[in-house]
Amino acid sequence: MPADIYLNVAVSGILTGLIYGLSTLGLSVIFGVIRIVNFAHGEIMVVGMFVTLVLFRHLGIDPLLSIPIVAAALFGFGFVLQDWVVRRVAHLADHMQFLLMAAVAVILISVCLMLFGPDAQGAQVGYAYDSLSIGPLIVDKVRLYAGLAALVVAAALFAFFRYAATGKAIRACGDNYLGAQVVGLNVRRLFALTFGIGTACLGAAGAILLLLIDVHPYLGPPLTLLAFIIVIVGGMGSLPGAMLGGVLIGASEAIAGLLLQPSLKSAFSFGLLILVLLVRPQGLLGKATQ
Amino acid sequence: MTCKPHTVITRRTFSTGVTAAGLTAAAGPFNVLRAQGGALKVGVLLPRSGVQAGIGQDCQRGVEIAPGIFKDLGLPNLQIMNGDTESNPQIARAQAEKLINEGAQLLVGAFDSGQTTTIAQVAEQRGIPLVINIAAAPPITEQGYKFVFRNFPTAPMILGDAFANQKEIFAATGSAPKSAAFLHVNDTFGTAMQKGIGAVMPRFNMPYKIAETIAYDPRARDLSVEIAKAKATGADALLVVSRLNDAILLTRELVKQRWTPMAVLSMGPGWYEDQYLKTLGKLSDGPMSFVPWYDPNKKLSKQLEAVLAKAYPAINLNTNHIFTFEALLVAADAYKRAGSTDPKALADAIRKTNITDNVSIGPGIQFDAKGQNDKVKDAAIQNRDGKLVTLAPKAAANAKPDWPLKPYDKRG
Amino acid sequence: MNRLIKGVRPRALVLLAVFAAALVIAPLFVSSYVLSVLIIVLYFAYVGQAWNLMIGFAGQLSLGHALFVGIGAYTSAALFIHFGIAPWIGMFAAVALSVLTGCIIGYLGFRFSIRGVYFALLTIAFAEFVLVIVDHIPWLGSTGGFFLPVANRDRIDLFNLRGSQIMFYYVILALTAAALVLCRLLLNSKLGLYWQAIREDQESAEAIGVHLFRYKMIAVAISSGLTGIAGVWYAFYYNNLFPETTFSTAKSIELILGTVVGGVGTLFGPILGAFILTPLGEVLTHLTEGMKIDGIKSFFWGVCVAAIVLFRPTGLWPWISALFGLDPRRGDKP
Repeated sequence: MPADIYLNVAVSGILTGLIYGLSTLGLSVIFGVIRIVNFAHGEIMVVGMFVTLVLFRHLGIDPLLSIPIVAAALFGFGFVLQDWVVRRVAHLADHMQFLLMAAVAVILISVCLMLFGPDAQGAQVGYAYDSLSIGPLIVDKVRLYAGLAALVVAAALFAFFRYAATGKAIRACGDNYLGAQVVGLNVRRLFALTFGIGTACLGAAGAILLLLIDVHPYLGPPLTLLAFIIVIVGGMGSLPGAMLGGVLIGASEAIAGLLLQPSLKSAFSFGLLILVLLVRPQGLLGKATQ
Repeated sequence: MTCKPHTVITRRTFSTGVTAAGLTAAAGPFNVLRAQGGALKVGVLLPRSGVQAGIGQDCQRGVEIAPGIFKDLGLPNLQIMNGDTESNPQIARAQAEKLINEGAQLLVGAFDSGQTTTIAQVAEQRGIPLVINIAAAPPITEQGYKFVFRNFPTAPMILGDAFANQKEIFAATGSAPKSAAFLHVNDTFGTAMQKGIGAVMPRFNMPYKIAETIAYDPRARDLSVEIAKAKATGADALLVVSRLNDAILLTRELVKQRWTPMAVLSMGPGWYEDQYLKTLGKLSDGPMSFVPWYDPNKKLSKQLEAVLAKAYPAINLNTNHIFTFEALLVAADAYKRAGSTDPKALADAIRKTNITDNVSIGPGIQFDAKGQNDKVKDAAIQNRDGKLVTLAPKAAANAKPDWPLKPYDKRG
Repeated sequence: MNRLIKGVRPRALVLLAVFAAALVIAPLFVSSYVLSVLIIVLYFAYVGQAWNLMIGFAGQLSLGHALFVGIGAYTSAALFIHFGIAPWIGMFAAVALSVLTGCIIGYLGFRFSIRGVYFALLTIAFAEFVLVIVDHIPWLGSTGGFFLPVANRDRIDLFNLRGSQIMFYYVILALTAAALVLCRLLLNSKLGLYWQAIREDQESAEAIGVHLFRYKMIAVAISSGLTGIAGVWYAFYYNNLFPETTFSTAKSIELILGTVVGGVGTLFGPILGAFILTPLGEVLTHLTEGMKIDGIKSFFWGVCVAAIVLFRPTGLWPWISALFGLDPRRGDKP
């Protein structure tokens, strides 16, 4: 096999990995602060993709431009979901939380099926088939834009948690729940905000992802599994870890597909997941658990 | 348009004659019995929700358009009972039991091999005939079942016809690929085809060699690596077994990675489906599919096309509609001849089925001792301007191949 | 026998006896469809009890239990298809492999102190990993499916587990009853007391000398072994195995929903949950049939499950048993 194919495949894997990383940020933020694993992760992302699709079809808004709108819409959805529903199971055992989120996932899938039908649908932008060639490297434009957009959104999120007062307050809640209450933070509101920010990430990632793949109601579960792999590899609750994990999984799946049979790709990822759990359970960039 | 070869006309004339004779013979006494028995209750099991919902709902269209045509053919009316398998073999089994309990006297279904297998067991245990619309896994008709019938080719049959039709096309164009990359989805159907290739291909002395076999995960969201790998083999042609979403993804990657093979030869669903044509527009032109198909020159095909066009103007007639319709046709025809709703009598009647006025390619619908229609033939079809034309076999052809594939970057 | 019923209220015993008797004579009265639903219910009740041992006793949340069903199913089916070994014998191999896999996962989880959600993800990863591997083993039919020969359904051949629906019904009924008895005995044994001590307060239990690792591993081993047996039954009842519909996470989730709804860590929760969830699905199918909207059934199903979590957060069994006064002593709850 010619050497340039490795380069091409690796670059495209890294760009796709950035989007996976962005979606995983949503999972990571929610877990890091609220300590709930969002098993409806993929389904919420699919909702974001469908919102993007509607905006594109009826208003002609390019998916990249609709990122803020979709993120805002899903922020509202996440805020309400946490404040009305998820909050009530916060004190319950893991398996009850899991069951609730699984039920939410089932509801979302069936709503999407009823509203949009079972067929895969995509947004055909004008530049869908353009590719740039730099020497032996062929990069397709959509993937390049998508990867860059994912980086921008992730950077905005990092800045929010580092510099904004609300962002700092949310971090405080995550680090020390009791302490946050003692100093008078409105924890309930902050948790709802956090869940909203998490789902906003999913909305943004969904909008970007629609450029690369077509959406259908049953796309959710594999996206959830993928995010689990990434979040464990990168480190639960660590934001840079999520991005790193995304890129790592994106690139390594691509290379593994090239070297092995592509249908073994996911075994490779799950194998990596098992390995990381055993060698470094807190993930590559995660903090060691107490 | 090509001129229809002489032999075809002969055979078709012959077929029509046989059908006409059959109809007259069957008409007399049985009509009375039928009037007494009421409509035959047919349970139609399809994956109308779950991961296969799109295909299940498409098959359902074949059910919707049947009654009007049956009326024209003088066939008895069927009372359809719908069951949703939710793309899950366990639910398929329970639904089959449920329909039988609610009075279904015959079952039709269920697109997917796994679901069909569980339904077949129930049908066999309860002694209710099952007419399979679509399911290609060979073992289903290798179990010695007495109540299970399949009017759909098995994977080796699909392959055999595909190679024969490909050779016909290569001969017509005077050009053939020397090597092909074989890309297949790693699911039930894809594996059955991959297994079959090793056994069937040597018999056909094909002009091309398989440069590399690449299997991909049915859950894959991104197929860029797969195309990069196929392109790197330097093969002339791309041989694929995929599904609808993958077909669209693969085509996009072909365009983006700037690779136009001499031909894309598909031996499964996806590349000819409406969603593919609609989504990709000009880029959808050119791929050839070697699939169980309808004979556009048959009378009933024209009728079916017309009825579907009226009911669903945006949809081209395809495999899903044809074989679901034909399964019901088998049911109605057997009911007419049996003159009773007794499942045993129905099964006996189905075994003696000889429908020559049908839609799919080949001499018609008959079942061998295993309950398999071993005479059903596949076609080679090609996408052209959002429509589908039939290239081979000669008997069913209505166009000449467009060869080689027009470069993707020169389509404006 | 004495140990089995000690401390159970007479009312509860009578109810249980009536319930069991109803199930035993059910095939005489119900239609084949209801029987097929009952079979699924009992299957879920059985696997639910096995899963319950793992979370209720070892405190480890497994979201990959379909792995053990799959191992049991594929092992016994492979032995039967390739070597003609009867399932009752193949079952030993199936159970051995399931237990071995369970112990490996349990050991890794314990050794590296992977708990809670992390352990759940570890089990998912193992199940999905095996799924993709089996996808690529032609000897097991790969993705093309692994088919058991179906023959002679008129004759009941219990030894080879070939026969009518009613035979499979009684086999799974017997398994479910046996699992219930086993769970009850385990609970009242010394082992059960250790388990409870560990569950209530791990540190104190360790301090008074309970060997945590050993007792947790025993729970994991029993759980995975019992689930493996379910796999044998599954293979011979359905006669076809596909990796995707056997090992996938969706299947694992399906297996445990009933137990979570019924009440994790309770003796009767898995059975109650199975008897509620599966019929709920069938009833919803029936009710929504006329609407002609694909997907509406699962919508209502999701709403019902979410409502149960929100309004009965400990599961339904504790509530029902209190309602009918069936639960006089804590001892009945593991």
